[in-house]
Amino acid sequence: MSTYEIEHQQFLRKKKREKRLILFSQIAIIVIFLVGWELLAKSHLVNTFLTSSPGNVISTFVSLHQTNGLYNHIWITVYETILSFTIATVIGIGVATILWWCPKVAKIVDPYLTVINSLPKVALGPLIIIWVGASINSIIFMALLISAIITIINIYNGFMTTDENFITLLKSFQAKKSQIFFKAVLPSNRLTFINSLKINISMSLIGVIMGELLVSKEGLGYLIMYGSQVFNIDLVITSVFLLGIVSYLMYYIITLIEKKLIKK
Amino acid sequence: MDTILKIDHLNKSYHDMKSVILAVEDVTLDIKEKEFISIVGPSGCGKSTILSILSNLEKKSGGNITFNKENCKLGYMLQKDSLFPWRTILENCLLGLEINQELTQENKERVVRLLETYGLKDFMDKYPDSLSGGMRQRVALIRTLAINPDILLLDEPFSALDYQTRLALSDDVYKIIKQEGKTAIMVTHDLAEAISLSDRIVVLTKRPAKVKKIYDIHLTDKSSPIHNRKCKEFSIYYDKIWRDLDVHL
Ligand SMILES: Nc1ncnc2c1ncn2[C@@H]1O[C@H](COP(=O)(O)OP(=O)(O)O)[C@@H](O)[C@H]1O
Ligand SMILES: [Mg+2]
Repeated sequence: MSTYEIEHQQFLRKKKREKRLILFSQIAIIVIFLVGWELLAKSHLVNTFLTSSPGNVISTFVSLHQTNGLYNHIWITVYETILSFTIATVIGIGVATILWWCPKVAKIVDPYLTVINSLPKVALGPLIIIWVGASINSIIFMALLISAIITIINIYNGFMTTDENFITLLKSFQAKKSQIFFKAVLPSNRLTFINSLKINISMSLIGVIMGELLVSKEGLGYLIMYGSQVFNIDLVITSVFLLGIVSYLMYYIITLIEKKLIKK
Repeated sequence: MDTILKIDHLNKSYHDMKSVILAVEDVTLDIKEKEFISIVGPSGCGKSTILSILSNLEKKSGGNITFNKENCKLGYMLQKDSLFPWRTILENCLLGLEINQELTQENKERVVRLLETYGLKDFMDKYPDSLSGGMRQRVALIRTLAINPDILLLDEPFSALDYQTRLALSDDVYKIIKQEGKTAIMVTHDLAEAISLSDRIVVLTKRPAKVKKIYDIHLTDKSSPIHNRKCKEFSIYYDKIWRDLDVHL
């Protein structure tokens, strides 16, 4: 073996060791946290009535699983999120396209978009319930208000920052506006789309949970709200854990789509 | 030789909120078929504006532009290559044909042949980021030639390149344009480049651009652009045009 190869082997080994160390530390942190939490609870150093404990969370999870309510709640939240995400994506791309196509319209609506975007949407919650009714509709509406506006703004900004030179080039071939859109604006904004899908899925979930906290009878947001009302902290923390897993999985699916799109 | 394009008393002004910027004033110029004509002038005088008007990117404010040929097609090679990074070299070169809806098998084969002839065959299915600056500019030229234009407009096509690449590429581009039998109008601020490539040079005044002088370039032993730089008349033209440009710091 040449000295270069030996050096390279050493380099690879070092990288591997580093990777293992990171993974080990990550696992160690969660194990120490859970074990510590459980020990504190078992030894009555903390009040499990307020803090719950990993054991309680597991038994809550099992009992939710046995009463069959669990999957329904998860499904409802996921369903609402996907619905809101899909509608927001369609609205976002559609409106951004219109704004790109008609610069005058964009100029007119610009201040309104800015105001709506900067307004904390939770403030509209009570109004939405009164107007739309205490149903799934107001949850979707709430989620859309949060996710669609930001999607419109992100995609529109992406469209507007399309390289001017690309557009000039197409114009020099006497391209029509639609050709400029499909040949330069859309393909050069693949990253914009992926990034706004990522933001969109997170925002949709935030909106859905907010809506569920306000009105729902089902879903993880409802479980959290209900748990806190009856002071069942075990239920609240179990739901928060589940929410974390659901939100991670949905984000993960978007990154899978990203990998597929970027490969081309 | 026949005149292919007549520019007659061309005017162009740009407007903004504060003022009117007169960019081109009363430019009259006949372009002959198959000639290589260069437009030189101080930077910001309105050279690019003239090309933009010819290729319909900007509207003229006054004057006439007449093509003495039916369906005279223009190909505009811009300063920046603007190759689309998500398209292969071949796909980039087909862009103009796609837009004009002329993407026939025959036309496609012609573009492939162009790429082959000019040394880009091996890169056809590669993406632009794997090409050097000079190569990219060559692809940009072929993308322009792909629509089979009658007149080529070149806006400082070599300005983004380092000196050696620029010399080599201007040689290449000259050969390609002559072999394909095209009329070329090139904008540049590089006098040496203009003299070594052109049959005629139009010198413009500073903004608003007016025609100051037109030179017919006659070089003894005229051959390739790099070689032309060694001709004995070269420096005489250079001095004359330099004085016309009247550069002050
Ligand atoms: N779209 C535009 N709007 C306003 N002014 C412009 C525009 N394009 C060019 N100009 C002005 O017109 C003048 C000529 O520009 P240009 O033709 O690009 O010069 P050159 O190519 O000779 O350097 C410049 O002063 C420039 O500022
Ligand atoms: Mg210019």
